[in-house]
Amino acid sequence: MHELSIISSVVDTVTESAAAYPGARVVEVRLRVGALASVVVDSLEFCWGIAIAGTSIEDAKLVVHTLPVVVWCDGCQKASELEGVQSFRCPQCGELTIDLRQGRELEIEAIEIDEMDEAGETEQAGKMKESEGPR
Amino acid sequence: MTTRIVELRQGILKKNDELARVLREKFRSAGVLVLNLVSSPGTGKTAFLERTLRDLRGRGSRVAALVGDLETDNDARRLAASGAPVRQINTHGICHLDAEMIERHLTGWEIGTGQQVSESASKQLVLLSDLDYLFIENVGNLVCPSSYDLGEKIRVALLSVTEGEDKPLKYPTLFNSADAAVITKIDIAEAVEFDRELALRNINEIRPGIRVFETSAKTGAGMAEWLGYLQEQRSSSF
Repeated sequence: MHELSIISSVVDTVTESAAAYPGARVVEVRLRVGALASVVVDSLEFCWGIAIAGTSIEDAKLVVHTLPVVVWCDGCQKASELEGVQSFRCPQCGELTIDLRQGRELEIEAIEIDEMDEAGETEQAGKMKESEGPR
Repeated sequence: MTTRIVELRQGILKKNDELARVLREKFRSAGVLVLNLVSSPGTGKTAFLERTLRDLRGRGSRVAALVGDLETDNDARRLAASGAPVRQINTHGICHLDAEMIERHLTGWEIGTGQQVSESASKQLVLLSDLDYLFIENVGNLVCPSSYDLGEKIRVALLSVTEGEDKPLKYPTLFNSADAAVITKIDIAEAVEFDRELALRNINEIRPGIRVFETSAKTGAGMAEWLGYLQEQRSSSF
């Protein structure tokens, strides 16, 4: 239910970060979402289309990498992935563990941007040509 | 054209988390133990909190509460009857409390300012540093509140005997992030055929070793143990 507000903060952060690359176009936004982050990936994707409409990143694609829970087992001295989130037991020895090493992530991993080769100049020249053209 | 990957590696809820850290530090320096109570609607958070506030006051503790709901100040009014300062946070449709709402509703409860509190307790002056405990009753929801750090020291997941013993398995994100669990309404456990062993096993499967309190706000069962835990937590925190 709170996916729209989460996605809205993603859009804010990405547009702020992309402002450091004038003229560049954001083509992809990559998120890392843990199995215990309490967000629904389908809802994130649904909200994405709504949240980017009319913004400077409205062509960007959302890619969500989901991360399984990883627990540390003291007995085995080993980190292991859990298949689900129904039981927090070491898959090797079956002991319960509260030592979570992965699974709560809710972060923006990276953005992919397309930049004009000769920085802003090429793009500006292109724009001028376009605006002159039809008149 | 060149394609470039810009690594951000940034928490999506970074702003909330940073503010929660500031609040946590403020609570710590004020010496107030802050608890965030999370459950489904209808678990009996308000009745449990009402009883907790009353019993703690009876033991001479200084307590206050912030209570979150989508609409109405019914819960705040109920809780204020305990005599404790209470403030209602209406989220107007938002399904969880966040750190910013907590900060905003603490205005006037800042350390050293001593301004007036809510209408329901307008005669009281409240200083955070004069409190022993501050309870935050979250919006009734088992999913969204678990993403938002409010700066609390202890997150409490509540579950009533009418809800089904498998609730912890259905909502592992909350139960796994909780510091304590409270089972409410145990006075009617028998009537609703509550399987206590199964519920305890499920809670332990999701959050091994967590302290579980079996309570009834109506009869007072389990309250002594719960209050003992609060006092223990408070003295070990400050």
